[in-house]
Amino acid sequence: MHVKLIIAAIKPFKLEEVREALTSIGVRGMMVTEIKGFGSQSGHTEIYRGAEYAVNFVPKVKLEIVVAESMAEQVVSTIASTAKTDKIGDGKIFVLDVESAMRVRTGETDADAL
Amino acid sequence: MKLSRFIAASAAMGAALVPAVAYAQEAPGFDEIGPYIMTTLLFLVGGFLVFWMAAGFAMLEAGLVRSKNVTMQLTKNIALFSIASVMYWLIGFNLMYPGDFNGYIAFNFVPTVLEPVGLGAEDAALDYASVGSDFFFQLMFVAATASIVSGALAERIKLWPFLIFVVVLTGILYPISGSWQWGGGWLSEMGFSDFAGSTIVHSVGGWAALAGAIILGPRLGKYKDGAIHPMPGSNLALATLGTFILWLGWFGFNGGSQLAAGTVGDITDVSRIFANTNMAAASGAIAALILTQIMYKKVDLTMVLNGALAGLVSITAEPLAPSLFGALWIGAIGGVIVVLTVPMLDKMKIDDVVGAIPVHLFAGIWGTIAVVFYNGDASLVTQITGIIAYGVFTFVAALVVWIILKGIMGIRVSEEAEMQGLDTSELGMEAYPDFTKG
Repeated sequence: MHVKLIIAAIKPFKLEEVREALTSIGVRGMMVTEIKGFGSQSGHTEIYRGAEYAVNFVPKVKLEIVVAESMAEQVVSTIASTAKTDKIGDGKIFVLDVESAMRVRTGETDADAL
Repeated sequence: MKLSRFIAASAAMGAALVPAVAYAQEAPGFDEIGPYIMTTLLFLVGGFLVFWMAAGFAMLEAGLVRSKNVTMQLTKNIALFSIASVMYWLIGFNLMYPGDFNGYIAFNFVPTVLEPVGLGAEDAALDYASVGSDFFFQLMFVAATASIVSGALAERIKLWPFLIFVVVLTGILYPISGSWQWGGGWLSEMGFSDFAGSTIVHSVGGWAALAGAIILGPRLGKYKDGAIHPMPGSNLALATLGTFILWLGWFGFNGGSQLAAGTVGDITDVSRIFANTNMAAASGAIAALILTQIMYKKVDLTMVLNGALAGLVSITAEPLAPSLFGALWIGAIGGVIVVLTVPMLDKMKIDDVVGAIPVHLFAGIWGTIAVVFYNGDASLVTQITGIIAYGVFTFVAALVVWIILKGIMGIRVSEEAEMQGLDTSELGMEAYPDFTKG
């Protein structure tokens, strides 16, 4: 069975809600990284000690989730519906093909490794 | 509590064991040694409070530099305090308090000597305090001066040239200019008034920092293409802790400077100074809080911290005479001065990382002028004469020392080292290294 990698950049305060929603649909693992970045909004400006400066990179949380192909669409829609606030900067979701996967402890591969 | 028990015990002992008259001839009674003990105690408690300001400066500066320079900033802070301690013993104290001298420079280069162990009351300076406590207390002030310099020059100065400057500042420059007033020199004769050192300690540190910042130049990328590029501090929790520590230490700084605690009047004055000092810090912070909200639509915590410190510096020249309302408005103007002069220095392309020059120099000048509003013995002309004298001497002397150091060994790290951060390039040690070492 094919395996997909889903990369999602979301607002940091949405992480816990998204984790709960994904666990409840059967996602058994994920990798989470604190990141900074920008999208079409291109950051904003702040003032520090009287001088204005551009905050070009906004803090986000990046999720990396590897699931069986059959589940990918449901994961994407769950993240999208949970992370949505209808305000600028809600994030992006990408889906990629995974060439192979392996569980380190047992040597199981692909969907069995998840 | 302890004091009254001591009086009762000695009275009982006197009555029971020794004929009262004979006892009084051998050793001074408590009426005579009480003030000495109280004033000595004031210096010891004041001294360790001012010592704690070294921790305040270290935390404030660690919080306001970027994380790649935190270890270096901490290293400079503990090194400068230690150097100040040694230099003040070696020559500083006796250069600053020489007794009789020409009023300008005492050529009195001798180390400090303490009283012998177990000093008898008949050999003590009963009208003042122990030499040990006096030395200990005054030494903490010179260390504060050196701390001011380290914050302004952060993130780009080499370690050793900075420390050599500290040797000169704490051993020679500060003691010489300090002797003009506190050593009984020419400014004191003239009637200059600077209670705990708005000018003598804070402005002197500020002038030395200004000279250094000009010779050293701004951090790479701070002023580029006609714009100012802020470099936000790495840890505002540390910066806030540092400010509270400085605020605490200031009670010793100003309160101890009463230099006497042996009478009802003196200890009540010390209390008055504590309350005024606190008020000025609070009003300085509030002024900065309101002003940054109005000017920038958002409160800037780093300015509020600077505002509290500027309030403290402002009241330092006269923390005794003002009413609490007086301390309030004098401190508030200090807070306003900081909020207005931090951007002004940036416009002049003078890069002061922590705001040391606005806080200690500009608010110090204001505090020294403000003495005339509540202290009837002070005159504006004399106050300004003192401000100018300290400014010219310290700025010129510091400028010369910085230029010499620059010529001999260079005072600035390489561009590559600065970009990489002084922690790894100069020390090979990071403040927050624990990545992948769970």
